[in-house]
Amino acid sequence: MLWDALFLQLGYNATLVTIGACFLGVAAGVTGTFLFLRKRSLVSDAISHATLPGVALAFIVMVSLGGEGRNLIGLLTGSAISAGFGLLCVSWLTRQTRLAEDAAIGAVLSVFFGFGVVLLTVIQSMSSGRQAGLEGFLLGSTAGMLWSDAIVIAVGGALTLAVVLGLRRPMGLVAFDPEFAAANGMNVARIDLAIMGLAMAVTVVGLKIVGLILIVAMLIIPPVAARFWTDRTDRVTLLAGFAGGVSGYVGAALSASAPAMPTGPIIVLVGFAIFAISLFFAPNRGVLSAVLRHLRFQRRVHMRQGLLALAQGQPIYEKLTLRLLRRAGLARADGVPTETGRARAAKALRDEKRWEVVRADQAFEGAAALYDGLREIETVLTEDQIGEIDRRIGGLKGVIA
Amino acid sequence: MSGEEFVPLSLTPLLIGVFAAVACALPGNFLVLRKQALIGDAISHVVLPGIVVAFLVTGMVSTWPMMIGAAVAAVLAVGLIEAIRRLGRIEPGAAMGVAFTSMFAAGVLLLEQSDTSGVHLDVEHALYGNLESLIWLDAIGWRSLADPVALAGLPDELIRMGLTLIVVAAFVWLFWRPLKLSTFDEGFARTMGMRTGVLGLALVIVAAIAAVAAFDAVGSIIVIAMFICPPAAARLMTNRLEVQIAWSIAFAVLSAVLGYFIAGYGPQMLGAQNAVSASGMIATVSGVILALAAFFGPCRKRTGAPAV
Repeated sequence: MLWDALFLQLGYNATLVTIGACFLGVAAGVTGTFLFLRKRSLVSDAISHATLPGVALAFIVMVSLGGEGRNLIGLLTGSAISAGFGLLCVSWLTRQTRLAEDAAIGAVLSVFFGFGVVLLTVIQSMSSGRQAGLEGFLLGSTAGMLWSDAIVIAVGGALTLAVVLGLRRPMGLVAFDPEFAAANGMNVARIDLAIMGLAMAVTVVGLKIVGLILIVAMLIIPPVAARFWTDRTDRVTLLAGFAGGVSGYVGAALSASAPAMPTGPIIVLVGFAIFAISLFFAPNRGVLSAVLRHLRFQRRVHMRQGLLALAQGQPIYEKLTLRLLRRAGLARADGVPTETGRARAAKALRDEKRWEVVRADQAFEGAAALYDGLREIETVLTEDQIGEIDRRIGGLKGVIA
Repeated sequence: MSGEEFVPLSLTPLLIGVFAAVACALPGNFLVLRKQALIGDAISHVVLPGIVVAFLVTGMVSTWPMMIGAAVAAVLAVGLIEAIRRLGRIEPGAAMGVAFTSMFAAGVLLLEQSDTSGVHLDVEHALYGNLESLIWLDAIGWRSLADPVALAGLPDELIRMGLTLIVVAAFVWLFWRPLKLSTFDEGFARTMGMRTGVLGLALVIVAAIAAVAAFDAVGSIIVIAMFICPPAAARLMTNRLEVQIAWSIAFAVLSAVLGYFIAGYGPQMLGAQNAVSASGMIATVSGVILALAAFFGPCRKRTGAPAV
């Protein structure tokens, strides 16, 4: 069943939803990256909650004009207008008053959503039974998705991606280093609005499939997951789009393959799984890689300290140090050094002495700055320089057997 | 509007609304000042998976398990956010976004899977509550306030919310100096020996308690409005913390009272039949108050250049 779902064999509705979700995921991942780099991920929460009054108002307007009230384009237009207004409020509050950004976001989020809830109750009393479709916008409702709905989503997603492609340089620069962009003469406020406007477009497009509460996840999770894999902004954007697309596709397929699996939450949870894998297993920034790096560092420190202790005839009590020295064949179980061990220990002690001379001498200032207790002196000074230092501290001696 | 009508039908919802608003506004002051306002957003969203798990574990729709479930979910969410922040070196907003949206999605999935979508536990209720239904039918007028038999019939939410308000107010009162100091100058507070990390966590937990207690009455999303809007509006009115707290309490009470009355009686005055959602209207009124403060508040102007 899952195989069929993944290969789009499960029928018209499932295929539509899967492809639509994939498109949505890519658009959301790419757009969300700019928000994430700008450190404003939660603006997407404010935008998505601010769509509710617009949807409700559009419904009321369409019904009072005699229509059905559930025309998707009408509802989405309404949502875009109120979300846009919400965006402007966030921007205005942040720039013109002394409120911090998070307070502005939270205020717009809750007030607009509260107003939307009021309008929903108005609709409830207006024409009971006709508003059943609107609550689907909270969590998404993919059952009975029409071809026209899919077209709206596909076109919306494609347009968003096209605009992102066109504006990627200024948006990337403002997201990454707004002060530099401002110093270069860019209108940071306007580009910020463009970034948030694109997020709003993705939100509006995604209202049908995942609903307004979960579209936030699709805007935030893929960029965060992608961030673990690379440090370059263009690659983060691409990877985020990829992660979003995969979570959309796989999530929708999974949800179609079994009953009682609502589409929106499954897509989000697949995205979270991708994030968790990235968190733990990404090279460089992942947790596993950090743990391995730490263990490697620990071993180097213990080895060096162990050798220095051996050279100075000090007893070693630390179990890890003893174990490392034994495994390298440099010491016996009781802590007595072997031949190779004594040679290595003598070298380590001489290196420490050499470093001491380097750090005391003004002429070697540059090299002295590179001392960190583990650095090999041969990587910092030439043979001649080392020879000169050796002349000062007494020449190399053989280790007495 | 006579006592016979007001006391049974409006007094308790009004009081619950006021208690909830103030209980949220008090910790909200410190959250807004510490730029942690959106932790309220995160807590409100994770209340849903908390109550779903509590329902699954206990098998019944009863308040204490749900409150404990919600509280556990809130603590779990805060822990998850910290873990993501530290392990992944991700900025706090994005960490919050990842944590609470995933937990919310898990909650919705559990809800669907356990087939409770028909029962009392529907998503809409958790999101926007049902303030108007918390009436006191045992009362027959103002004299019921002195009648122990009628008082025994007070809705539980009122007692709970009242107790929560007392706990929150006690926390703010007892830890006033440490809270004030660690909010404005954390480094100095630490040199004075205050455990600022523990205090910050305690503040978030008190906020979570207020949110969890209030969600049953006013729903979780509206709680964010109460955490942020009255304190933010108060911030624009003054430069002193004591005065800000006072303003925030005043704004919270005003939002609750005005919101409730407009929701209940506004439509009638406009010629319509049914009332609209009280909690939604409370949030809207608090937003209007914030807007007025942003336009006319004496301390609204930002000093210095805005952060780009």
